[in-house]
Amino acid sequence: MTKIVIIGNGMTSYKFCEKIIAKAVPGTLQLVVFGEEPRPAYDRVHLSAFFSGKTARDLELAPASWYAEQGITLHLGDPVQHIDRAQKTVHSHKGITETYDYLVMATGASAFVPPIPGVDKKGVFIYRTIEDLEMIRDYSPHAATGAVIGGGLLGLEAAKALLDLGLRDTHVIEFAPRLMPRQIDDSGSALLKARLEKLGLQVHTGMQTTAILGNDTITGLQFADNSSLPADILIISAGIAPRDELARLCGLETGHRGGIVVNEQLQTSDPYIYAIGECALYNGMIYGLVAPGYEMAEVVASRLTGEQKAFTGFDMSTRLKLIGVDVASFGDPFTPADQCRSIVFEDTLKGVYKRINITPDGQHLLGGILIGDANDYNMLLQTAKNKVVLPPNPEDVLLGARGGQAEGGAGVLGLPDEAIICSCENISKTAICNAVKDGHETLDAVKKCTKAATCCGGCAPMVKDLVTATLRSQGRYIRNVLCEHFDYSRQELFDLIRIKKLYSFDEVLEHYGHGEGCEVCKPAVASILASLWNEMILAKGNDTAQDSNDRFLANIQKGGTYSVVPRVPGGEITPRQLMVIAQVAEKYNLYTKITGGQRIDMFGAHVNDLPLIWEELIAAGFESGHAYGKALRTVKSCVGSTWCRFGLHDSVSYAIRIEQRYRGLRAPHKIKSAVSGCIRECAEAQSKDFGIIATEKGWNLYVCGNGGSKPQHAVLLAGDLDSETCIRYIDRFLMFYIKTADPLTRTATWLNKLDGGIEYLRNVVVNDSLGIAAQLESEMQVLVDNYKCEWKEVVDNPALRKRFTHFVNAPEEKDPTVSFEHLREQKKAAEWK
Amino acid sequence: MSLSNTATITWFFACKVEDVPANGGVCVKYRDDQIALFHFSRRGEWYATQNLCPHRRQMALSRGMIGTQGGEPKVACPFHKKSFSLDDGRCLSDDTECSLTTYPVKVEEDRVYIGITGGSEHAAVMA
Repeated sequence: MTKIVIIGNGMTSYKFCEKIIAKAVPGTLQLVVFGEEPRPAYDRVHLSAFFSGKTARDLELAPASWYAEQGITLHLGDPVQHIDRAQKTVHSHKGITETYDYLVMATGASAFVPPIPGVDKKGVFIYRTIEDLEMIRDYSPHAATGAVIGGGLLGLEAAKALLDLGLRDTHVIEFAPRLMPRQIDDSGSALLKARLEKLGLQVHTGMQTTAILGNDTITGLQFADNSSLPADILIISAGIAPRDELARLCGLETGHRGGIVVNEQLQTSDPYIYAIGECALYNGMIYGLVAPGYEMAEVVASRLTGEQKAFTGFDMSTRLKLIGVDVASFGDPFTPADQCRSIVFEDTLKGVYKRINITPDGQHLLGGILIGDANDYNMLLQTAKNKVVLPPNPEDVLLGARGGQAEGGAGVLGLPDEAIICSCENISKTAICNAVKDGHETLDAVKKCTKAATCCGGCAPMVKDLVTATLRSQGRYIRNVLCEHFDYSRQELFDLIRIKKLYSFDEVLEHYGHGEGCEVCKPAVASILASLWNEMILAKGNDTAQDSNDRFLANIQKGGTYSVVPRVPGGEITPRQLMVIAQVAEKYNLYTKITGGQRIDMFGAHVNDLPLIWEELIAAGFESGHAYGKALRTVKSCVGSTWCRFGLHDSVSYAIRIEQRYRGLRAPHKIKSAVSGCIRECAEAQSKDFGIIATEKGWNLYVCGNGGSKPQHAVLLAGDLDSETCIRYIDRFLMFYIKTADPLTRTATWLNKLDGGIEYLRNVVVNDSLGIAAQLESEMQVLVDNYKCEWKEVVDNPALRKRFTHFVNAPEEKDPTVSFEHLREQKKAAEWK
Repeated sequence: MSLSNTATITWFFACKVEDVPANGGVCVKYRDDQIALFHFSRRGEWYATQNLCPHRRQMALSRGMIGTQGGEPKVACPFHKKSFSLDDGRCLSDDTECSLTTYPVKVEEDRVYIGITGGSEHAAVMA
C-alpha cells in the first residue's frame, strides 16, 4: 500500500485524484487530500458563471461524496502548515498529522497584489475563490462605479463579473499599452477594446495606478500621469503568485520570482515530493492555465503507478469568450517579422480580427490571433501543432476557399491520428475514432467514454464532426428520422407537407409514410399540421392523431380527471374574472392553484364536465390557455411602469400584446415567454424560450432559455429594439424554430444543436442571412390571422361535444372509479398504486 | 333483446360504428366493468381490451393513441406511454408489465358487439 498525501484541493488536485484512481490497482493506494478552502475542488475557469446564475454547487467538479466513494480522505478548510521531510509527515492547521510515502503539492497560486498604497481599503477585492466572489457580490450593491486593475484574461473576466452585477460604469485599467499583452498584438487589442467598449466597459491602457484613494473605503484611483478616476469598488487582477510558502519553509528549491522548482518528472528537489499546477516552476516558467495543470497531473499519476511519462512544456494556446467576444491565440502569435510572414484579416464593422503567422516558405502555420470569431481555432491550432502542410493559397485557412475551388485546409479528417483534439483531457483523434468504432456513436457517448469535451467543451464540435466522419467512413449514415413509419426528419416532413399542402394525418401517411403510425409520429405530424395551417386540431380526422391532452383540450391528471387553465394574458386579471373562476371551481368541485405562469389551474374535472366548464368560462370572456398543447403557454410579466417606481416601460401591456399575438401557436414543444419592465427582471424573462427586458432605449430580446430539468439562461439576440422590430424578430425566431426543430425539442436544446449557435441564429433572424425573413414573417401572420379559440369551437359544435364523455354507451355517467381525498380544505387525486 | 349466444361467448351490444372515432377508442360500460373499444379504421379492424392500464391502474386506455409497431397493432396509454399489443394484450414496452385482457369484437350492420366469455344473459342489456 502506497500512501500519497496531496496538499491543495483545486482543479489540478482533483484531476490528479481522478487520474490516479483510474490507473491504480484497487487496494494498492491510500490517498489523503488537504484543502484550504471550505468546499471541494470547483471549476475556477468558469468562476464568473457564479454571477450569471451558477451556484457554488454547480461549479463543483465532484461532490465530497465522490471522494468518499473512491476511498479518498478529504480534509477541507484545513491547510497543511508544516512538512517534516525527514519524518515524511505533514501537519495541518487543525492538528492532523499524516505520514506519506509520496507528497504531491498542488497548492496553486494566489492573486498577485502589486504594492500600491491603499490596497487594504474597504471595497478592494481580489478575484480567485468563490469566497472572493461572495464578498464582491455582497459589497456591490453599495457601488455604482467599478474598476479592475489588470487587462489580462482574469481581469477581463472580473470586469464581466462587475457588469453582471449591474455596475453599468465599469473601468479596466491595464499597465501595458494593450489588453491581454501575453496573448494578442496591438491591432488585436485595439479591436477587442472597441468591442468591449460597445458592451459598456471603459478600457484604459498604458495606465499605471499609483494610489488607491479614500479614507477607510475606496473612493477612486490615482494614476502616474496625475489623472484620477472615481471608483466605489476595485478588483485587483494583475496576475498570479505561486503558493510556494510551504515549500520554502521545508527547504525545497524555489524560483527567484516564486514557484516550486520541478524537473521533467515534476519532482521537486526532494524526490518524494512532487509539485503540479500553478505552484510548479518548470524550466523557468509557471503554467497558469488548466490544461498544462491537467497534463502535470497525468504525468505524476502515471509515474506513481509505474508508467514512464515526462512533462516537456505545454502549448499555451488558449481560446475563451470574454464578455461574449471570442478571443484566441495559438502557437506562437509573436514570431518576429523577419522570421515569418503574416496574413491579417480585419473587419472593423463586424469586429473581427484574425492574424496568422506562417513560415517564410508558406508551408507551415506557426501561430496566430483570433478576435471576434474564433470558430477556426481548433483547426488552426491542430494545423500549427501537427505541422500540416498549408494549401497553395495559405490565406484559405483563414478565409475558406473562394472562387469555387476545392476546399482549402485539411478539415478534421486531414489531421494526423495523433493530433490532440481535446487539449484539456489530452485525448487524441485516434482515441476518439476508436471509441466511435467501439460503438460509442454519439457525442455524448464519446464524451462519457473518453472524457473528451468534458472540461472547457471547446472541442465538442470537432468531436461531433469526428463521430459523423468515422461513421461515414464505415459506410454508415445515421439519418435523423421521425420513427419507423416515416423516413424523414421533422424538418424535411415540414417542408414536404407545406409544399404538397396536406391537411390530415392520413394524407401525410399516404404520401410520405408507411404502416399505420404510432404515438411518436402521430402527434409530431399533428403538430406540423397545426403549425402550418392553424386549423381546428380536432377536425379532419386529426382528432385521434393528437396527443391525449390535445385530444381532450385539457391536461390529464392522476386518476383520469383533467385540469383546466384559462388564458390570463400577461397575468392581468380583473376581480370580476376572479369571481367567475371561483364560481366555476366551486360549482364543479375543482381544486385551484396558481401556476408558475401567472394563471389559475383548476384540477379534478371529469371529462364529461369539460364542455360545461368551458361554456361558463367562455361566456365570461375567457379563452383556452393551451396549457395542454405543445404551444405558446404564457407570457408572464412584472407590473412595469404603470405602477412600479423602477419600471422603464409598460411591460404588462407589451406582454398582453405578445400573448395575444402568439396564443394558440403550436410548435415542436411548449413555448414560454415573459416581459420585464426593467433590468431587475422580476418576470424572469431570461429563463424563457423568448424573454424581453426593458432598457432605457427600448427592449432587449433574449432567446432559448428554459427551466425544467436542465435549466439554461436565454441569450441576448438583439438589444434596444423598438416594440415593432422586437415583434418582427420574435416572428422570425419562432417560425424558424418551428420549421427546423426536431419533435419535442425545446428552444434551448434546439439552439445547443444548431450549427453555428447563437451567432448563426442572430444572422438568420437579425441580418436575414438566409433571405427568408420576409417569408417567416408572412407565415407567422397567416397563423396569427387564423387563430380561433378551440374550446369555443367545441362548445358550439354538438358533434365535437359528444366526444367528451367517459362511457360511449352511458354518456350521462361519470367514471365511477375516480376518487378524491381531502387536503387543506380542498381535494386531491387519490394516490395511485 | 340485444344478446346473442355463440358457444360460451356472450355478445353484448356496445355502441354504433359512428360512435367510435376513426382510428381511435371509446370506453364501454359493461356491468361494473370498463372495456376499451378501438376502431382501427385504417386496417378495417376492431379491438377491445380492458380499459384499466395495469401500470398505474388508471382507467385510461380508451383515451390512448393506437398505431403499429413492426406491423403489430397496439395502444399507448396516455399516462406514461406504455404500449400494449391489441392482438394479445401483452405489454410491448416492458417485459415485466402485466398483459391486458382482450375481447373479441364483431360488427353487424352498423352495430358493434363485444364478446364476453361465459357472460350471462341477465347481465348486459345495453341497447
